[in-house]
Amino acid sequence: MADAARDLRLEGVSKHFGDFVAVDDLTLTVPQGSFFALLGPSGCGKTTTLRMVAGLEEPTSGRVLIGDEDVTRLRPYKRPVNTVFQSYALFPHLTIFENVAFGLRRRGVKDCKQKTLDMIDLVELAPYVSRKPAQLSGGQQQRVALARALINEPGVLLLDEPLGALDLKLRRQMQIELKRIQTEIDVTFVHVTHDQEEAMTMADTIAVMNHGVIEQMGAPDDLYENPETTFVANFLGQSNLIIADVIDSGGTEVVVDCHGQKVRVVAARSHAGGAKAWLGVRPEKIFATAAGDEEAAGSNLLTGGRVTDVSFVGVSTQYLVAMPWGQELMVFEQNTGRRPLFRNGDEVDLWWAPAHAFLLDADQDARAGVVTPEDDR
Amino acid sequence: MTGGPAAPPGPVVNGETTKRRGRGWLLLVPGMLYLAAFFLFPTIQLFFTSLYDPNGSFEQGYAMTWQFANYVDAVRDTWNLFVRSFVFAGIATAACLLLGYPLAYAIAFKAGRWKHVLLVLVIAPFFTSFLLRTLSWRTILSDQGPVTSFLQTIAILPDDGRLLATPVAVIAGLTYNFMPFMTLPIYASLDKVDHRLVEAAGDLYASPFTGFRKVTLPLSLPGVVAGTLLTFIPASGDYINAELLGTPKQYMVGNRIQSAFLTERNYPLAASLSLILMAVVVLMVIVYVRRAGTEDLL
Repeated sequence: MADAARDLRLEGVSKHFGDFVAVDDLTLTVPQGSFFALLGPSGCGKTTTLRMVAGLEEPTSGRVLIGDEDVTRLRPYKRPVNTVFQSYALFPHLTIFENVAFGLRRRGVKDCKQKTLDMIDLVELAPYVSRKPAQLSGGQQQRVALARALINEPGVLLLDEPLGALDLKLRRQMQIELKRIQTEIDVTFVHVTHDQEEAMTMADTIAVMNHGVIEQMGAPDDLYENPETTFVANFLGQSNLIIADVIDSGGTEVVVDCHGQKVRVVAARSHAGGAKAWLGVRPEKIFATAAGDEEAAGSNLLTGGRVTDVSFVGVSTQYLVAMPWGQELMVFEQNTGRRPLFRNGDEVDLWWAPAHAFLLDADQDARAGVVTPEDDR
Repeated sequence: MTGGPAAPPGPVVNGETTKRRGRGWLLLVPGMLYLAAFFLFPTIQLFFTSLYDPNGSFEQGYAMTWQFANYVDAVRDTWNLFVRSFVFAGIATAACLLLGYPLAYAIAFKAGRWKHVLLVLVIAPFFTSFLLRTLSWRTILSDQGPVTSFLQTIAILPDDGRLLATPVAVIAGLTYNFMPFMTLPIYASLDKVDHRLVEAAGDLYASPFTGFRKVTLPLSLPGVVAGTLLTFIPASGDYINAELLGTPKQYMVGNRIQSAFLTERNYPLAASLSLILMAVVVLMVIVYVRRAGTEDLL
């Protein structure tokens, strides 16, 4: 591969299927050697984006570049890009060896046999070289798919929901494995997934996609701690969103009125422009104390809550707290054993540090991106 | 293609597994009885008939003399018909493959919503009888017919050249009549090929043609093998095409068997010819399937 930076760049890429806009004017740069995740619900355009990079779909407009090379109109077999397909798409009539060697053979690479065996070794499948894919387990097939793509030393490796077919335990193992291999060989990985946990575990940078556009892009912790839209706030983890009136947005802290109680938010975390805003707080950032207890100095405080649901999950307890204005807020608390658990009907106050909340534009749907149990596997 | 899944290894309590398997075998009984009555028994009968004294006759009955010489006579007198049968059937099978594979490919991958219409069209000829269709080919290929005069005009055929009553006509008839038997199994195989595999081949530097050669074609091989068998076997025993589109000079072994059975009433000869044909075809099929590496078809 060339020494020059082989960043993957998309410039104003759109894809229309008839009247449907799958990807809308997408521009992004994936630096060489990074682990990049495209995260979003099904139908958000992430797979279409991936397929345009692979050459399996042609953009309606815009350009796809790898380094300085424009590959927009290049046929898939001429691109320095390989894909790990969602279904693995292993060739059922070929042995594991022939599957992995496929790309090398097509390009007439010398020393194909040794390279193939080395790659099969890397994914720890040496005992299976002469088996057929159907004789392997799901996790093993996944590793064959990975080896078959990686052996070509692609400029960019595309992974389309690569772990979707695996069970939870195996998925965790493969997440660590993938990250290890990526660090080891220093290839750009572009990973498409609807699983926010998978994206956060592995990726350096996550782009959250919705309706064909990128809602927000950044490091996993930035996205999680400082979401800019209600979609990101809800799709990545869970958020309490409370409607509030903006009182003062002049200083380093924005002051809002939240159903009659004043609350402060760090200005850098305010993404709202109007007179109203969604005040967002992650459930694990909120502390609950018995009503009237003294709260930590400098914290934001919401009083008048009443516990309506208690779920004990071992390491933590998840409370639902009904507020005076009728909304139920989620509070996750570590089971440190500092004090007894609250019970249904207990009166509580909620507080959190101003640096732990965020403000979002009130025009947005507060339920956007909420993951319902049916969506998730 | 492959055998059904083995009976689940259920717990053997009071021989329950054995009992269940026993009931499964019951499903085989009707088919087995049918085959025994209408295939196995006639074949055995045919075998004995082939060993009768050829001096007997249908009217006066035959004496069983274990006349193995019948086979020697049959081969000596008609080996050229065997050769012609296999050559004609072979060429027709190749022609069916060359025409049928692209057709099946187009129906499976390119036809879109016309897929089912095209499939019906492939089997549409079966709505008319085999005899009628072959008879109409006589008209199509006749000396005054459009095909002959067109070929004469463009000088592929000499002015006094003909199509009817030539090997070309017989092979063309065989090709036409057995084409669906080639197309349908190939279609069935191709239709099962996961399109994502072709995409994966493209992703791994295979040009569309290489992708076809390395992925689609091997995966459709079971259909090709089934199609060639379904074409070659009946074509090599066919006599209608040679009779209606050819002359005695183009007769195949089927014509000889037919006349021995129905005209000369020389049953021992007819029976030994039939069995030789059957044996040779089975042998060729075994060798072919072995070489094609698709034993699970047998």
